[in-house]
Amino acid sequence: MITSKIGRVILRTAALLAATTAISAYAGNASLLIRNATVHTVTAGASGPLKNTDLLVQDGRIAAIGQNLAAPAGVRIVEANGKAVTPGTFGGLTRVGLEEIGLESTTGDHSHRLGQMRPEFDVTMAFNPESMSLPIHRSNGITFTVLTPGSVSGGSMVAGLGAPVSLDGSLPGSQRAMFIDVGGDANDLSGGSRAVQFMLLRQAVVEARAPNLVMVHDERLLTPSGRQVLLDYLKGAGPFVFDVDRAIDIRRTLQFIKEEKIRGVIRGGAEAWRVAGELAAANVPVILDPLDNLPNSFDALGATLTNAARLRAAGVTVAFSMRSPEVHDAGKVRQAAGNAVSHGMSFTDGLAAITRIPAEIFGVADRFGSIAVGRPADVVMWSGDPLEVSSLPELVLTNGQLESLDSRHSALRDRYHERLKQGQAR
Amino acid sequence: MSMDTRRRPIVALTLLGALTTLSACATSNAPVTSAPKAGKATEVAVATTATTTYPSTYTAPASAPTLIRGVTVLTGTGERLDGTDVLLRDGKIAAIGRNLELPAGGKVVDGQGKWVTPGLIDVHSHLGVYASPGVDAHSDGNEATAPSTPQVWAEHSIWPQDPGFEAALEGGITTLHVLPGSANLFGGRSVTVKNVPSVTYQGMKFPEAPHGLKMACGENPKRVYGNRRVLPSTRMGNVAGWRAQWIEAQEYMREQKNYETRRASGEKNPLLRPPKRDLRLETLSAVLRGEINVQHHCYRADEMAIVLDMAKEFGYKVTAFHHATEAYKISNLLAENNVCAAVWADWWGFKMESYDAIPENMVLVDAAPGGCAIVHSDSSEGIQRLNQEAAKGIAYARRMGREIAPEHAIKWVTANAAKALSIQDRTGSIEAGKMADVVVWNGNPFSVYAQAQLVFVDGVVRFDRTSRSGIPHSDFLLGQPAAQGVLQ
Repeated sequence: MITSKIGRVILRTAALLAATTAISAYAGNASLLIRNATVHTVTAGASGPLKNTDLLVQDGRIAAIGQNLAAPAGVRIVEANGKAVTPGTFGGLTRVGLEEIGLESTTGDHSHRLGQMRPEFDVTMAFNPESMSLPIHRSNGITFTVLTPGSVSGGSMVAGLGAPVSLDGSLPGSQRAMFIDVGGDANDLSGGSRAVQFMLLRQAVVEARAPNLVMVHDERLLTPSGRQVLLDYLKGAGPFVFDVDRAIDIRRTLQFIKEEKIRGVIRGGAEAWRVAGELAAANVPVILDPLDNLPNSFDALGATLTNAARLRAAGVTVAFSMRSPEVHDAGKVRQAAGNAVSHGMSFTDGLAAITRIPAEIFGVADRFGSIAVGRPADVVMWSGDPLEVSSLPELVLTNGQLESLDSRHSALRDRYHERLKQGQAR
Repeated sequence: MSMDTRRRPIVALTLLGALTTLSACATSNAPVTSAPKAGKATEVAVATTATTTYPSTYTAPASAPTLIRGVTVLTGTGERLDGTDVLLRDGKIAAIGRNLELPAGGKVVDGQGKWVTPGLIDVHSHLGVYASPGVDAHSDGNEATAPSTPQVWAEHSIWPQDPGFEAALEGGITTLHVLPGSANLFGGRSVTVKNVPSVTYQGMKFPEAPHGLKMACGENPKRVYGNRRVLPSTRMGNVAGWRAQWIEAQEYMREQKNYETRRASGEKNPLLRPPKRDLRLETLSAVLRGEINVQHHCYRADEMAIVLDMAKEFGYKVTAFHHATEAYKISNLLAENNVCAAVWADWWGFKMESYDAIPENMVLVDAAPGGCAIVHSDSSEGIQRLNQEAAKGIAYARRMGREIAPEHAIKWVTANAAKALSIQDRTGSIEAGKMADVVVWNGNPFSVYAQAQLVFVDGVVRFDRTSRSGIPHSDFLLGQPAAQGVLQ
């Protein structure tokens, strides 16, 4: 709308190049003044939204936040009429750009089936920034997600490396996270017992910490590069994200985190509320699915809709993702946050759980998740309450660029809406 | 653990079919096939139906009259009534209006700020047949041992202790249709149940509701059987598979008719016997007689059009297409054929045939003249918030310039669903004389923050958020240490 089409293509191309080289390229060029908005900055310690507030974006960056801001010459003005403006939202831990169609294996690159522990498996090398899912999720106000490798049959309980990615198709930097699967679902990948999982993890750690340890090659779990990568993460290169649900397994995972002095994150965490005090004391965040309330497995008998509220009440850092990493589920994270709020979480915490908190967990809080002067503009203006299912974005800025709300979905919609108007949808 | 290998495959296999109105005969006066005639009853072929065999044992307990005062009512018939009273008595909706009188012994619910809707109806559920926890032993939804199994009945797989039922109740679901999965061309009979606690499924079974027949198009049957080198391995194999079965059903009906004719003519041949009962063909012939609704899982527009032609070839009616992710491409065609489309709000991309799914699907189906849109779940999570799924449709409609009022959208999860299950004469709307299946919400039900406060089934409070004892729990979670603190 603002940017010319040609300009957008050029910018998009630049973004793609950035993605292919996995380097952050800042291509923002949007300039606009959003007037009279309700701005949820979601910065740490912010005390509620700023009402009747203007937001000035210049050359893709947030230039000013305040009241009655003057519009620089040539800057487009958007009248918000009190509508909510938030940071772009988090799509959760997903396979966006790693999987086009769930059941078609040739379109899926999210998990390896090498049959051995390969912590060096970096799923970002498979990311496709031209997946049709990116524009769809952007049009729903999602501006970042975390590419997530999976532990699948034939693979390993150590799934490998994932990374935060901007939904303009660029990787914001070199941040990665190591994904590990713990619990009954991983029994098939760990010799039939969750006890083996901790045994293997400790063995891998020993190999990584003592790469020169004399071992017969065949006894090693890890390749040389796997040992190096795991060592880097043991030394703090990025967080370890443990997919674990049962309370006692979370407790054992916390023990592992403590012993190895690593930065740990709990994902899933269906029973996390039952060990909330320990999670808070260990300062370990939980990325959970607020809709996860059924005893779907014997690891999750304590699942409840009040998980998020109870964890927050105990002082645990909470972010949201859908349990399923499938591409199409990313759009439900915002709805899930609304449900967490209706089950006892504060609105402020619910919004933070899909903006600032995940950005902090994955080391990209300078780019995503809050609105502050000097940052690349990554913001959404909503038609209503940002956590309402009946609200949709009216304006989306990603990485300093104004995004079209068009997508393959809207193209199909428009084609068949037209046919319907003519009575020819047949 | 990641859900990679677990959850979606179940969904993919269980993606089922569709609804529409079937013939009106499928309602209360329906399902008796050739009724035994006087005389040699034992030799008369009697087909099994939803009501004559394995009958419902559900009866609503007595309940005190309840007057919900000063509430906003979405009737399910397209009306919104503000500041209205609703009186429930003897299990029925007795009256709707202003200043209704409280009968002696009645209870009052203050409706100030609250909304009332018909109990929500999910036309596509696998609760009980794919119960929680999702262990191997609970995989009871797909009889995936042969591509055509119309002889199996989903109700014989239902585990009434599935904790998903009570979670759905908390979301306002009072009636649901439980179907077999979609591995098979003919998956078996589906059943309508009331969402009430019961040790037996018969105690949940919706009285006098016709069965459905679950059929499945597309990828699932051809993948499951193609991998075994059995027909079908292609879409054309799917169609050939269906047609061959319908032809057998026609032959079965001819044999039955021939027998009836000869018997009626007084033939004394001692060898004259009714055709041997065949459970498979009993189901299919009941469909051809219009006694069983066809709930057809089908994603692509072109495949739905083929199915409609097949229905013409064999003279039956498709009640509803389920999932119908491309229904929006043929919204006029579906409306002209009086076929409903039961759809998700926003599932897409999990398989090739869902690649063109768009969130405006329900809205475009609804917008066609005579269109019948239903929002379904196919999910133990989605069934807990069908109201929110419908709300997404309202949002996407607004983005394309169509305003949909709540009193209209509520039909997608109540009256239209009831129509597709042939129970619309008894439930699915707030009208005098209907079953008192009613939800009291703490606000506009299309808000993400809305919660069901009270859920009535036949006038009985089955869920009460304000009371610890008002929240039911299945046997499964009793005495589980890990669930302490979850149960209230």
